[in-house]
Amino acid sequence: MSEMIDQDQMREKYLRKGMLPTIFCNGCGHGSSLDYVFRAIEELGWDLDDIAFASGIGCSSRIPGYINADGLHTTHGRAIAFATGIKAANPDLNVVVFTGDGDCTGIGGNHFIHAARRNIDMTVILLNNFIYGMTGGQQAPTAPKGSIASTSPYGNIELAFNICELAKALGAAYVARWPIHHPYQPIKSIKEGMENKGFSLIELMSPCPTAYGRRNKLGKIEKLWDWYQDSTILIEDYEKTMSYGTDEEKDRVSKMIQIGVFQNVRKHGFFEEYQKLTDALVTKDDAVRNAGGDGK
Amino acid sequence: MKYERDPERIRRVLGDKVQFIQGDMAVAYGGLLAGVGFFGGYPITPASEVAEGMARLLPRVKGTFIQMEDEIGSIAAVIGAAWGGVKSMTATSGPGFSLMMENYGYAIMTETPCVIANVQRTGPSTGQPTLGAQGDMMQVRWGSHGDMEAIAMAPSTVQECLDFTVECFNLAERYRHPVCLMTDGEVGHLREKVVIPDEEDMELFERVPATVDREEYLPFTASQTRDSKVPDFAAFGSGYRTYVTGLTHNERGFPATDKQPDHERLIKRLVEKISDDREKLTDVERVDLDDAEVAFVTYGASARPTETAVDLARAKGVKVGMMRLKLVWPFPRKEIYELSRKVNKIIVPEMNLGQIYHLVKEHAAPDCEIVCAPKVGGEMHLPHELLEYLGVRK
Repeated sequence: MSEMIDQDQMREKYLRKGMLPTIFCNGCGHGSSLDYVFRAIEELGWDLDDIAFASGIGCSSRIPGYINADGLHTTHGRAIAFATGIKAANPDLNVVVFTGDGDCTGIGGNHFIHAARRNIDMTVILLNNFIYGMTGGQQAPTAPKGSIASTSPYGNIELAFNICELAKALGAAYVARWPIHHPYQPIKSIKEGMENKGFSLIELMSPCPTAYGRRNKLGKIEKLWDWYQDSTILIEDYEKTMSYGTDEEKDRVSKMIQIGVFQNVRKHGFFEEYQKLTDALVTKDDAVRNAGGDGK
Repeated sequence: MKYERDPERIRRVLGDKVQFIQGDMAVAYGGLLAGVGFFGGYPITPASEVAEGMARLLPRVKGTFIQMEDEIGSIAAVIGAAWGGVKSMTATSGPGFSLMMENYGYAIMTETPCVIANVQRTGPSTGQPTLGAQGDMMQVRWGSHGDMEAIAMAPSTVQECLDFTVECFNLAERYRHPVCLMTDGEVGHLREKVVIPDEEDMELFERVPATVDREEYLPFTASQTRDSKVPDFAAFGSGYRTYVTGLTHNERGFPATDKQPDHERLIKRLVEKISDDREKLTDVERVDLDDAEVAFVTYGASARPTETAVDLARAKGVKVGMMRLKLVWPFPRKEIYELSRKVNKIIVPEMNLGQIYHLVKEHAAPDCEIVCAPKVGGEMHLPHELLEYLGVRK
């Protein structure tokens, strides 16, 4: 870890002047993710000039605007595809995507799937608040069964998207999920994800008291935090219970949201593979040319 | 490593100076010669050969080819790559072009230089996938939502597929705008001779990089260093820390979404940076127009049978000529008006039910008769069909 810097120095160094205040409501968790990302970058010792941020549409996608770095605020759901292009053009840049649950898994699900499958070297920070917050509280693909939204006023009858399990199945290099009100684990995971040369997903459960909480009797932020506490279980504890627990215990934990690091593997990212391919082709072409051929 | 254009390597990879190739492949050649460092695409008939050419050629010049998951992702990655600092392009056809419309608007709003080749086929919907058409000429102009200007070229030959792709890149870089090469299934799948231009015969325009101090740099206003409404460009990673958004933004790039003057100022500049140069951009070919009493106005594949019809009619003594629009958008209003003052009648052959016809009618003098000569269904006009508009029998 580099020299400790205080909050004021942190703000001075990382926040984009002229963009504050943020659009976030009281109790929203999104602002904390900014702090966590800054701390992860600080611990890594990276320069903001070497990082490009991209985002889609929604509350969470406004975050790059507050960071004093290159930022591409794109169209709804497409940030990961835009980010793929940024990385392709300049593989020396570290690419970080901010997205939300609706942005990433609703309208943008296909781009997410393929970037994870290709193992594109980028870090996706997904802020999951179980709802479309910016547009006023419509049902998200991540909405827990039975939850209320403006477009599911009688309760959601759909199964919620388990984004981390999907990313894991696609072979993403790094996958983690944490509730945002505990800082240590998210910072560590963001750092590990950024360091990983493949596709990294860090899903942060971020409370939305305004659009989600109010409708679901969780309007007070403390209540949402309690709900997080009661509804989540560490992956290790989950697995222990499923192996050794009683039927009653198994039934209870099977309804909970698992948190922790789902996957952390080192494997070649897309652009490392691509570089190998072009190097081999260019070497071959040059050898043909040096041998007097025309290199066609 | 960031892509660097290597003219010698590009020509070595392209091979012989004179070749017999498809229009689609010529688009890929043009892209390489222009210095494209990134191509993102998705298979679609009749444009797939552009992606296939790029997949084969681009890695050998150290550029990046990715077959994206769909056309929305393709244009998104292309725009991302442009901000990453390289020239980038995609190729598609009608259905894919429709999917790209939202991000086409994003590229216009964010002043992102890139090239989209649309190898047009019939529509709407899936239409006739293997057959050519010119049905997207209005979509390229108005297909995304909101107010905008468009820049689009229409090649009539395989050589022009190559040359115009290079020119589209020059226009994209000059105006910081997504420029469309509106080719079609006929020209795209046609095989003809092409000559690969020598390096010294090529003119390439590169986006003007930001040079003012970071604190003074305004990424979304008229140039701070030149007399131009086009801002200087700071690629990601260049240290300028640019924020780019599709929201209405102020000159610093920050969202400014609730005040009427902010939006009007931005959109007017985005339109005027192109429309101010309408006459400078105008690029038409004139065939037998000096003494013409009747003129065809056409573009792209339709110009081929039209030129034959002009020759046949001339042989029978009809004073007819042709104006071919190489650059369709921005529309050459003045040329059309002046032509309409010289001839009695303008006939507009198009492989659609009449799109550019309406523009010709709008800008022609009121006493000149404007005739729509449509043909749809995936076939080009036959010369004798066009002769009928002149009252000439075969």
